Amino acid sequence: MSLLVIQVLNGISYGMLLFLLAAGLTLTFGLLRIVNLTHGSYYMLGGYVGYATIRYTGSFLAGILASVLVVSVIALAMQLFLLERFAKNERAQVLLTFGCLFLIGDLSLWIFGGTPLRIPTPYPLDGSVDVLGRPFPAYRFVLIAIGLLVALLLWWFHDHTRVGTWVRGAVHNRDIAQALGVNVPYLTTGVFVLGAALAAIAGVVGGPLVGMYPGGDIEILGLTIAIIILGGVGSFGGAFAAAILVGLLDTAGRILFPDFALFAIFGPMLLMLAFRPGGLAGQT
Amino acid sequence: MRHTSSIVFLVFAALLLGSSWLLSPYHLVLATRILILALFAMSLDLLDGYVGLTSLGHAVFLGTSAYVTGFIAIGYSDNILLLLGASLLISGCLGALIGLLVLRATGVYFLMLSLAVSQVAWGIAWQWRSLTGGDDGLAGIPRPSFSDWVFVSSSSFYRLTTILFLIAAGLLIRLVHSPFGLSLQGIRESALRMQALGYNVWLHKYIAFVISSVVAGMAGMLLALQNGIVTPTQLSLHTSAIGLLMALVGGAGTMIGPMIGAVVVVVLEYGVSQYTERWITLLGIIYIVVVVGAPDGIYKPLKNRIVQQFSSLRGRLKDRRWAKFSRH
Repeated sequence: MSLLVIQVLNGISYGMLLFLLAAGLTLTFGLLRIVNLTHGSYYMLGGYVGYATIRYTGSFLAGILASVLVVSVIALAMQLFLLERFAKNERAQVLLTFGCLFLIGDLSLWIFGGTPLRIPTPYPLDGSVDVLGRPFPAYRFVLIAIGLLVALLLWWFHDHTRVGTWVRGAVHNRDIAQALGVNVPYLTTGVFVLGAALAAIAGVVGGPLVGMYPGGDIEILGLTIAIIILGGVGSFGGAFAAAILVGLLDTAGRILFPDFALFAIFGPMLLMLAFRPGGLAGQT
Repeated sequence: MRHTSSIVFLVFAALLLGSSWLLSPYHLVLATRILILALFAMSLDLLDGYVGLTSLGHAVFLGTSAYVTGFIAIGYSDNILLLLGASLLISGCLGALIGLLVLRATGVYFLMLSLAVSQVAWGIAWQWRSLTGGDDGLAGIPRPSFSDWVFVSSSSFYRLTTILFLIAAGLLIRLVHSPFGLSLQGIRESALRMQALGYNVWLHKYIAFVISSVVAGMAGMLLALQNGIVTPTQLSLHTSAIGLLMALVGGAGTMIGPMIGAVVVVVLEYGVSQYTERWITLLGIIYIVVVVGAPDGIYKPLKNRIVQQFSSLRGRLKDRRWAKFSRH
């Protein structure tokens, strides 16, 4: 019984990490309709930059700040110099971000090497907590807390702030929003960078759990896409539910049939598409 | 016009086959790789350029067929006809199955689904060590044979590849110029209008998808036999990315474009790999440069230019004749 609880907690904490990523992609792809295949690269690069900063300064917070800064600058440059020119052209966006995916991946491999890296768990959180008589890493509770906090902040931002209203307006009808005085290009760029920053944060806070390794960018991208398809594209609530579900399925898959753990995630996604193409939150 | 293109094709075929006696073994290996990847790029372009379905998971068909070729060639027989039949059958069935799933989606969703399928296939090849050898790959695949002929030397394997390439390329070119191919382009431009005109849009897409899978499977078989080894890389996003880049560089929406793209990309890959390990970086940069700077690729602008030059030359000749005429 206690083992089951532990594994469920494992799954939920991993799911929370995935939610950070899925929330970022929901912002860029779900709301802005910018097809961004570099989302996993932002995650991995964020992790690497965080790792380097934490080794240099010893501060976990500095690692988060540095990775958010670096990834935001890259995302801003991509949006301003590449993606904005092809605002209506999905295929061009796909190919551009596809190119950037390989560019960032290979340059990271060059700079940080091919050995998997792991960010050390920050000091007061590296202990364990007693859960039903078994030790459980405290950091995983922190992850759950961070996930809930981000979910809450995003919900507040999206539903209850002026800027959130502008975003919803611009998503609903770009031209009308522009005509009503909302600076849609600025807003788009801002939301795009916010999505990238979320991925960077996920890279650092996921560092002690998942770590960074070559190919991790594509793996995370695949998972994140599976989640937003499962959840229903454009819905934060759907992404949240799907992220937790995928976290649990992944944990279960790794224990029950380790050779085919990927099926545990992509199987439900394919079934969902076959029978309920709109996802958990969508209309069929 | 019909005769002209047949003659061009025959000359091209003769040149390709003839070069097997002229090129050095090193260049033959390179040329074989170009032909194989050109096949793959053409199969991708049938989807991306003609139907408007950009697939990021097309390497699944190439890779699966490569693995199947490896299993059969190592375990049972290296007879080329058997290998060809098996790989075409497997990739066709796989295409029919995956097509049912991914074609439920259109546009970006199709792309994301194809990416997800590719991740699953890659994961299986990577994790199922007892069958695929994991990341060590499936090694020791022999070169194929046909009764007494064994295609071991680089020139004989090149000739085999050329013949298969010519058959597939010829069929593909005929396909895209057929009414079926034209209706595919119609679907790319406006699926809704094609539907209104009474075309079964889904079925057209599905058939194109299966055909494209079969061609990619043929490329996979040849690649496995040429390299003698199959690794999960052949199934991965990297392979799809290289194929898509070839179609893009040469010019999507034509069948000549991917061939040109294959030459450019393979030669670049070999050239760059001698100096630096950063080939993937360059691949990323080429993607960006092509999309921003030359979205039509090489072939279409080049062809237009030649046609323009030709017609202006004809125009000038005509003017001269008129000038002569008016003097009298």
